[in-house]
Amino acid sequence: MTQIPLERKVLNENDRIAGELRTRFAHHGILCLNLVSSPGAGKTSLLERTLEAFAPTQRVAVLTGDIQTDNDAVRLARFGFPVRQITTGGTCHLDARMIEKAIADWNLSDLDVLLIENVGNLVCPSSYDLGEAAKIVVLSVTEGEDKPLKYPAMFFRSELLILNKIDLLPYVPFSIVTARENAQKVHPGMEIIEVSCSTGEGLPKWQAWLENKIASSAKTMAAT
Amino acid sequence: MHEFAIASSVLDAVRTEAQLRPGMRVSKIGVRIGDLAGLDPDALSFCFEALTKETDLESVALEIERKPRRQRCSRCANEFVVVNYETSCPECGEILTIFLGGDELELAYLELEDV
Repeated sequence: MTQIPLERKVLNENDRIAGELRTRFAHHGILCLNLVSSPGAGKTSLLERTLEAFAPTQRVAVLTGDIQTDNDAVRLARFGFPVRQITTGGTCHLDARMIEKAIADWNLSDLDVLLIENVGNLVCPSSYDLGEAAKIVVLSVTEGEDKPLKYPAMFFRSELLILNKIDLLPYVPFSIVTARENAQKVHPGMEIIEVSCSTGEGLPKWQAWLENKIASSAKTMAAT
Repeated sequence: MHEFAIASSVLDAVRTEAQLRPGMRVSKIGVRIGDLAGLDPDALSFCFEALTKETDLESVALEIERKPRRQRCSRCANEFVVVNYETSCPECGEILTIFLGGDELELAYLELEDV
């Protein structure tokens, strides 16, 4: 019997493609963000509000992943920015190869921001690097404040937590304080922004966070 | 439920390594899974068995090594294993602690036998 060490990541191939994407995004000064959440937490609504607030000259594009239908792409295309639906046909997450394929005919030098809406799922998308600068997890107050503890991988790997639907707080037994504590337990120092995509409350804070990220990714390109 | 995709990736590695070593048969593959990997070890074993059943790799055993989450305190530098999601320092109570490990999803080793 012979034992040989392998010592490599299981998702080696995905990580290799994600690494190539990250290099290409950096080369073009593109900020790529990967939005994750459970189904119905409000990723598409957040994107609608985000696109709505951008100037028409903003060079932004969206990839939106779902198992079936192009409903989200239809919703998001109204804002006049390029939107492409990735229909996974059963797969519960996006992987780096799907992103590579989806942007194959796009001219990356025309873009400054690429927003990826992952498949609604708090488990599987956490394992797949898409070449993004950051993952952003959206959690809505109708879901329960223990989600960070139940799905630690996702909250650990996300840089920012968007707590959505805060307009519904008077009607649901959800403690913002406990949700924040739970997120901090899983991810000490995690940034958290509270918003309501329905009323617009808190959205300026999210927009400021995003503007800051866009500016620093442009700066990184200027430095290279 | 992406354990099928992960099990397929593990099997791809087994096949690649086996091809590099003619005259040898893979008997076991060792995989390392951290508590923060977002993967259920039982589901991975189940998928691995389902994918190898009635194939040339049916006799390959999958051994899973769990890795707990470990943190280091930013104040007193104490290193500790996270129990019950508690990432604050058990020594001094500091909330800000630094991630050391526990998100592994790695191929550790392969065991081969002469045919």
